[in-house]
Amino acid sequence: MLAYILRRLLYAIPILIGVNLITFALFFIVNTPDDMARMQLGIKRVTPEAIEKWKAERGYDKPLFVNAAAGGLGSVTDTIFFEKSARMFVGDFGRAEDGRDIAREIGTRMGPSLAIALPTFILGLFVTVSLALTLAFFRATAFDLWGVVLCVAMMSISGLFYIIGGQYLIAKMWRLVPISGFGDGLDAWRFLILPVVIGVISGIGSSTRWYRTIFLEEVSKDYVRTARAKGLPETVVFFRHILRNALIPILTGVVVVIPLLFMGSLLTESFFGIPGLGSYTIDAIQAQDFAVVRSMVFIGSVLYIVGLILTDISYTLVDPRIRFS
Amino acid sequence: MAEPMLTVTDLRLGFAAGRRTLAAVDGISFTIAKGETFALLGESGCGKSVTAQGILRLLPAAGRVLGGSVGLNGAELLALPEAAMREYRGGRMAMIFQEPATSLNPVLTVGRQIGEVLERHRGLSGEPARARMLELLRQVGIADPERRLDEYPFQLSGGMKQRVMIAVALAGEPELLIADEPTTALDVTVQAQILDLLAGLQAERGMGMLLITHDLGVVARMAHRIGVMYAGELVEVASRADFFAVPRGERDALGVRHPYTQALFAALPEVARRGQKLVTIPGQVPSLAAMPGGCRFAERCPQVMAVCREQSPPWREVAAGHAVRCHWQGAAAVDASVRHAVTELDLEPGRAFLEVADLKVHFPIRKGILQRTVGHVRAVDGVSLAIAPGRTLALVGESGCGKTTVGKALLQLIAPSGGSVRLAGNELVGLAGRRLRAARRHMQMVFQDPFASLNPRLRVGEIIAEGMGALGLERERAAQAAAVLALLQQVGLPAEAAERFPHEFSGGQRQRIAIARALAVQPELLICDEPTSALDVSVQAQILNLLKALQAELGVAYLFITHNFAVVEYLAHDVAVMYLGRIVERGRAEEVLRTPRHPYTRALLSAVPVPRLEGGEQRIRLPGETPSPANPPGGCHFHPRCPQATDICRQNYPESTVLSETHSVACHWPG
Amino acid sequence: MSGFQIVVLWSDVLVWLLLAAGIGLAVLIARNPPLLAAWRRVGSNRIGMASATILLAFIAVGLLDSLHYRVALDGKPGEKTQYAIEVLSALDALVGPLRTENEKTYSAPFASQLYAKETFDRPGVGTVREFPRLKYGASHLQDPAALTGDVAVTALRAGGLALFGWLLLASVVALRCGGWRAVWRGDTAFAWNAVLATLALIVLTLVPLFALAGDYHVFGTDKVGQDVLYQILKSVRTALIIGLVTTLVMLPVAVLLGIVAGYFRGWVDDLIQYLYTVLNSIPGVLLIAAAVLMMQVVIDSHPEWFATAAERADLRLLALCFILGITSWTGLCRLLRGETLKLRELEYIQAAQAFGVSSWRIILRHILPNLMHIVIIALVMDFSGLVLAEAVLSYVGIGVDPTMTSFGTMINNARMELGREPVVWWSLTAAFAAMFILVLAANLFADAVRDAFDPRAA
Repeated sequence: MLAYILRRLLYAIPILIGVNLITFALFFIVNTPDDMARMQLGIKRVTPEAIEKWKAERGYDKPLFVNAAAGGLGSVTDTIFFEKSARMFVGDFGRAEDGRDIAREIGTRMGPSLAIALPTFILGLFVTVSLALTLAFFRATAFDLWGVVLCVAMMSISGLFYIIGGQYLIAKMWRLVPISGFGDGLDAWRFLILPVVIGVISGIGSSTRWYRTIFLEEVSKDYVRTARAKGLPETVVFFRHILRNALIPILTGVVVVIPLLFMGSLLTESFFGIPGLGSYTIDAIQAQDFAVVRSMVFIGSVLYIVGLILTDISYTLVDPRIRFS
Repeated sequence: MAEPMLTVTDLRLGFAAGRRTLAAVDGISFTIAKGETFALLGESGCGKSVTAQGILRLLPAAGRVLGGSVGLNGAELLALPEAAMREYRGGRMAMIFQEPATSLNPVLTVGRQIGEVLERHRGLSGEPARARMLELLRQVGIADPERRLDEYPFQLSGGMKQRVMIAVALAGEPELLIADEPTTALDVTVQAQILDLLAGLQAERGMGMLLITHDLGVVARMAHRIGVMYAGELVEVASRADFFAVPRGERDALGVRHPYTQALFAALPEVARRGQKLVTIPGQVPSLAAMPGGCRFAERCPQVMAVCREQSPPWREVAAGHAVRCHWQGAAAVDASVRHAVTELDLEPGRAFLEVADLKVHFPIRKGILQRTVGHVRAVDGVSLAIAPGRTLALVGESGCGKTTVGKALLQLIAPSGGSVRLAGNELVGLAGRRLRAARRHMQMVFQDPFASLNPRLRVGEIIAEGMGALGLERERAAQAAAVLALLQQVGLPAEAAERFPHEFSGGQRQRIAIARALAVQPELLICDEPTSALDVSVQAQILNLLKALQAELGVAYLFITHNFAVVEYLAHDVAVMYLGRIVERGRAEEVLRTPRHPYTRALLSAVPVPRLEGGEQRIRLPGETPSPANPPGGCHFHPRCPQATDICRQNYPESTVLSETHSVACHWPG
Repeated sequence: MSGFQIVVLWSDVLVWLLLAAGIGLAVLIARNPPLLAAWRRVGSNRIGMASATILLAFIAVGLLDSLHYRVALDGKPGEKTQYAIEVLSALDALVGPLRTENEKTYSAPFASQLYAKETFDRPGVGTVREFPRLKYGASHLQDPAALTGDVAVTALRAGGLALFGWLLLASVVALRCGGWRAVWRGDTAFAWNAVLATLALIVLTLVPLFALAGDYHVFGTDKVGQDVLYQILKSVRTALIIGLVTTLVMLPVAVLLGIVAGYFRGWVDDLIQYLYTVLNSIPGVLLIAAAVLMMQVVIDSHPEWFATAAERADLRLLALCFILGITSWTGLCRLLRGETLKLRELEYIQAAQAFGVSSWRIILRHILPNLMHIVIIALVMDFSGLVLAEAVLSYVGIGVDPTMTSFGTMINNARMELGREPVVWWSLTAAFAAMFILVLAANLFADAVRDAFDPRAA
């Protein structure tokens, strides 16, 4: 098993290199640094000198891959690729347009992101799995039918509507909680409760439907018939036999996103004014801050790969077939 | 007869299909006494499994109880509320299912799965429960029960899983055990073990048993009384003695047995029928949606009369405890004259045109961080064969012995790891491209599963013509179409079949299409990989007849891969027996079947349940199951299960001993 | 009457190609009984057919909006005709007044007055602040008090007309399908009762709505006074293109790579798996954001490529489709790879191999047709997700061109209006409602298709 996990870890290296190459190609080959400088500086100030200055300030004035002028090891290290892409592997992300250190910014913004994303994730999982289990328990009844119709309707509603509608209804009309903002310490819950509730509700439709199909697939299996032939009550059949087996496919989809919770949610954070990584990303996109977007792509991929490895590990915990072979 | 324990009266079960409910079981009645085994015998789709599920009220979601009553020791089960019914399920009556591999929960330990029955029905938990579980596992013949209790189903072999299923069923101390095809998914040597176990347990505990099966041999081995089902109805009920004791063809002449039962017996392939056509049942079982009003067998019955189509026949007692539901009372229903001989093309083995020497197929096992090859699954490990034109070589073995791999390796569908396959003197191993394609013209394959071997998206005509096109035989459309029609006729299908799609055909018809496809390139050798194992007995007879007729007509040779000895006896000229990737005995059919010399061959032959009263007195029972080919036992592969094994067997793999010109055996102590 | 010049935008080409492909596919399906049987099952599904009817209405709007032209400007005779810079579509011509009758700023649905007070100099009264009458909305009425009556009369009249038309159509169907009773009770093989009921609903809403749209702003107007109904109509095409063209872009890649990986295995499989794991490991929104940002730079630095603003917006839309396609093919590819791995072990594939049929021919003849149901299911399932994604992306600022009307840009422009006092609710509500109806219909239709094609369900 240890060898298995080790092998997955080794496999992560070429993938990260691939991600790095793709982002590098996107940011430096599709458009030259000159294009980006022109874009950032705006039409008025575009003079060749201004472009050169802009590039030099940000270290974009070096060759892409090989610096023939530098010589020695410098011919490889004194390049845009090494400075901007390879250094991300050691956690050096450079500076944003406003001159702040990206790595530090990321460190301080992870907390608020997690404060929203983690409760949303846990509560959402609990709610949707319970709902799906209930629907599967009452399968082929009117309750199940209308439950599914409701799920489809809920997943047909735009995520923006949940946020805008929720803000309007709960915060503006009923004035139950503040519309947006973020506080420190214990006071934070007043700001957290609305985004979390909205996050959970907006995920109900698709997740419940998805888990319901997983449960129904298990219900039709032979071992369920065996369990019933033992005279077990239907609740025991569901909670002891079906739930445990259905957990395996559910885990595949769920564990992989856990590390990505650090990244926060773009929409929620931006609407509710939460100083997390999601709103950081969105601000960067809107300000066309390439360095920040590039860093977030890299961190996102790292977290995704961590998620894949976690998925493998969690399999070994729930599925004896993998644990013992 | 003892007091009946289970009384099923006029039970009717059906399935909801849209706005209608179709009756799958239409008014069957029978009783089972304490300590008695009642076998429900029938072909697929006759409603026997539905009956079993209906008694336990475990019908699938669309199933409906339409009427009748099920009484267990006076209690009416169909009227019980669901909660009370659960007291019966797993407690006073228990069930064993066909597929042990899927019927156990994969993520719960064996102990947990037995324990929940003890807790539910016997109120046992903790230490006493564990003690009881160990006792149960010992009773069902599981060695080292302490370890097994904490293992998961995937760690057990197929036979062991079924033993655990039996332990689960026994845990509630049931009065009635329902066994739904309990051994169909198992190998023949394991089947023998499980049947012995069930018979022993039943006698010991005095349980009633309802045995659902399609196998006449299993019925003869197990049942006290037998009910024959056809299209949702019982057509005959008899005691074992009455059912089997009659020498076929004599008292049948008095019309004692139902024509359907007679046809089932007559369709069985066996050695006495070599060279004869098997009796087949024409037509198909009527569909649930279109059940005829009168006798349901009328359309397929050789003795059909006008009254049969109008009235459903009443029960008629032909002897004490032997009743038949048939209007016909005359002489033998199955006309022996249809069993005219086919020309037996038992050519003297000429020069073999396919010679296989030391064929090896090894699959690497990869492990570790770098996925290095740490070992090999020796699926085929040095097989040598020879097939002469126009003859049938049967390759016999249990699942996992590598017989299917041999077939595919001959066709180069799997690249052999070593050895040689010579077709008319030309080496095939390592061949590629056009030369391999040219060689494939001479060999073709018919696969096991008629539902997976035809592309559902192509018309039958296109399926059959595929080989001709690929091998460049008939390029012109008109010539191709003519060839397809000729082939369809040859395998007994109407010409319009060419325009239809596979899903419109039954299993037997699909297998005919598959045979036509293989014959389209006029091969000299047909590799038949268990072509009848997915088919009912009466359909199997049709396919075997067809294969025999084609051999007589075209002189094609068969490599017949099978686990079914009855088919071997009926069809094969030569036999090779495989165990764990190697051939342990080979020779003429009569040599191997009459005078088997390898202990494995002898055990296999004696493990086959025969559909007769006599026989089975000196059964050889093999312990354990076939080991994994990834890690075969040292020395003779068979020694851990061999009753005659000695030290030399544990050390050296035996050389092949030549017993006659054609008969050889790989054993240190050929009996 | 001035002349016009036909303008063919790239997305128009793709839309009409899609339609042609759809018709071609239908012909192919009609010749293949197993596929036809599956579509018949879709056809007998009531919910599926009701949603298909709604989808067809959306598609009709989208197609009308995909015939573009430029009007010739009045010039002196003999001179080379100049064409207007504005690119119009057949839809614009049909709903002419909706496009041109712009108010000054916000006005509520069916309003006769503007939403904001203005200062007037009234002779004799002095300066007053009051709500001015609208330039176009309800301008035919002398007295605004008669508004309710006028609306009711117009709606009733149009409703009657619609009902008459519907009855005519329904009786044709009833005549051909064995009488009213059979159609009503659902005894027809095709779910005519669902289609007719949905049609009734559509015509009874839409005909009165459009009858009223001539005199009123039925959904109100937005900040710059543009009719909201017109914006909704224009958004439909954008949504359809995002939903359909994207899938079309990714489909060939996903199908080819998925099948090749599953069939050939070995290093080809390793390579393709590596490729999609790498793409998959970049969080979708970020990859899209990065790609769109880069595309924007490319478009901004090459203004000479585009003759009109419409062309630029159009290319940006297509680029967005490509980017969404590139980031979303991995799921389908992985699914097809898995299915191919299972299929290649099936006996009919081995039978073909035993005949020496070439690998590509096996893929074309045996594997691809048996994967078609997955492809079709993926196509309809992805549609709704993509329509929803467009709104989010436009909100984030990485969606369609801000000058292009779409549900996303509508929501984005209107989202601050909820903060106004009193609330301007109609833009947002209309956009969300239209999107909800489209996505719900697509989801329900996708469910019907999946039920009909999934071999386990059959």
